[in-house]
Amino acid sequence: MRLTRRAAVAAVGVAALLTAGACGSSDDGGSGSGSTKVEVFTWWADGGEKAGLDGLVSQFGTDCAGQTFENGAVAGGAGANAKSVLASRLQQGDPPDTFQAHAGAELLDYINAGQIEDISADYDSWGLKQAFPQGLIDNLTVDGKIYSVPANIHRANVVWTNKKVLTDAGITKDPTDMAGFIADLDKVKAKGIAAPLAVGKDWTQLMLFESVLITNLGAEKFTGLWTGATDWNDASVTKSINDFKQLLTYTNKDRDALDWTDAEKLVMDGKAAYQLMGDWEAADLDAKGFKDYGYFTFPGNGTTFQWLADSFVLPKGAKNAEGTKCWLKTVGSAAGQKAFNTKKGSIPARTDATPSDYPKYQQAAMADWKSATQAPSCAHGSACSQGWQGAANSALGAFSTNQDVAGLQKALATAASEFVKK
Amino acid sequence: MRRLRHWGPGLLLLSPSLILLAIFVYGLIAWTTKVSVSDEHNARGSKGFVGLENYTKLFTNDINDRFTHSLKNLLLFTVVFLVGAMFFGLLWAFILERGIKAEGFFRTIYLFPMAVSFVASGVVWRWLMNPNKGDNAGGLNAVLGSLGLDFAQSTWWTNPNWGMASMAIPAIWQLSGYVMALFLAGFRGIPQELREAAAMDGASTYRLYRNVIFPQLTPVALSALIILGHMSMKMFDLIMSVSGPQWLTEVPAIYVWQTLLTSDYAKAAAISIILLLLVAVVIVPYLIYTNRQEKNA
Repeated sequence: MRLTRRAAVAAVGVAALLTAGACGSSDDGGSGSGSTKVEVFTWWADGGEKAGLDGLVSQFGTDCAGQTFENGAVAGGAGANAKSVLASRLQQGDPPDTFQAHAGAELLDYINAGQIEDISADYDSWGLKQAFPQGLIDNLTVDGKIYSVPANIHRANVVWTNKKVLTDAGITKDPTDMAGFIADLDKVKAKGIAAPLAVGKDWTQLMLFESVLITNLGAEKFTGLWTGATDWNDASVTKSINDFKQLLTYTNKDRDALDWTDAEKLVMDGKAAYQLMGDWEAADLDAKGFKDYGYFTFPGNGTTFQWLADSFVLPKGAKNAEGTKCWLKTVGSAAGQKAFNTKKGSIPARTDATPSDYPKYQQAAMADWKSATQAPSCAHGSACSQGWQGAANSALGAFSTNQDVAGLQKALATAASEFVKK
Repeated sequence: MRRLRHWGPGLLLLSPSLILLAIFVYGLIAWTTKVSVSDEHNARGSKGFVGLENYTKLFTNDINDRFTHSLKNLLLFTVVFLVGAMFFGLLWAFILERGIKAEGFFRTIYLFPMAVSFVASGVVWRWLMNPNKGDNAGGLNAVLGSLGLDFAQSTWWTNPNWGMASMAIPAIWQLSGYVMALFLAGFRGIPQELREAAAMDGASTYRLYRNVIFPQLTPVALSALIILGHMSMKMFDLIMSVSGPQWLTEVPAIYVWQTLLTSDYAKAAAISIILLLLVAVVIVPYLIYTNRQEKNA
């Protein structure tokens, strides 16, 4: 009797656990084939990004009547959380109807895995090849095909300044080459500002280093570094590392402890004169109420516009491909780009936008975008895959402490041999 | 049949946890091992078996020796953390055991940091360990500066050689109280008769602790070391919130996360397995030891 009771208890226990397990697994597969829903997967969950997305959504509502937008945003970690959720959904063959990704080389993993569709034909029918500058089209094209529609453009190679600090140091003109920049840094330093150039941790140093590379190699050879056309062991790269090392002597010692906003604060507080950062800094400085800032293209970069962009793609196996195409068309359209970019603080990828719709900095950037030479950025995924980006960040982090020129060049060359598209 | 009746119900009762363990612990370890010997270096999936290549590459051909660097960081962190937490834990337990006033109050004070999550305390310690010195000093450096102890100001975790020792400070602060609780329980578990017997034999206080009490605390000390040791090796959240992921303070657990984010599944799996082995080297002998102790008892 006792035995059977024990057995019964055990059996009930097992059954209870199994039911619990079954309940847990029955949630998925609920999405079904909602043929008019377009699930848009992003990491735009708040701030200017969310506002931009909302603008895009209302434009989508008018352009694509009959389709409904479904927000698939995953917040947090500057996209890191979203990317890991996305990776598992793609592996399980359950892609969202469209997802956000940095345009350019960061898409390579998805392209090689056959997870996203070629949309070159739509580029023709939507007239995007004429609307986007040729340099961008070249950077986006992989083996003759285009896979994504950029929603916006940011510029990476911009130096932001504190005008008051510069005036105090007697600097009236923006430097146009490396020697001029160093001379100005010395002038500011002579005024008692120990670290005139503010930088933060690894990826911000990578941005600075990339700008130095563009100065020494030019846009074309620089782009070649990321496609395998230029050798990382080249003497011009060695020179760039030495220049970069010299620039680091003008930077704050606690750089590895700072994020880009902390470095920005050094400029705002007048503890530094310069910071190299992408042009989202304009929107951020405006939002923080700091008016007395200036900006110029990194000295020696000439007319090179180092770009990065958020873009949308058409995943293979999207449940509502028609709706997704309509979304992509909206994203690429003049009205869609305006709705998104005026709110997010970036510029449209199209060259036919009306500058007067945008704030002051953006107007200048839009003018440059039309005429400039486009070059991609590794720190922001348009030049290199995510793995390469991780290796480059780590190498720059190591250089920040050990200052080993040959070591950095070797590390970057090894990374290139590992990650360059074969 | 009778034997089945004897252990059958017990087995049935255990079976859910056995099955869950088999799948979610051992099954996944096996899966990770399989991935670690494949060439699944991106989202494209695996093309095949590469043997131990991922492992040898980590030790011999990683860019900038990134993996061995992370191991060195982990070693320094673990040594400082263990020594520090054991020292303060034992010291506090000893003081409380000597019969201090308001023992309950101090016990709570010392134990309290353990209730805070590493992430929360990490953010605060990030401010405290501000690496700026002199006029720009913040956090602990500012405190030291205002006390006129400028020479003691430190670059804390941004020091390329000893940074990981600073990183261990928050961990010591947080877990010394736990070690104290373990030791205090150990002290209290020693029968009063032993102390009385020692007193009868005319032992001095020093002899009492040296020859009677401390030997009895060895199992407690060992448990504390093992618990702290395996926590230390898996350390992730504290370092993520103090320094963020970066070269300077990278340990294997963070390296795994970084490689996983870049979809290098094979490499991430290989590092995970190495980490598992490292922890096993510490844990398994301990399990064998306690198992033997229990049998002998």
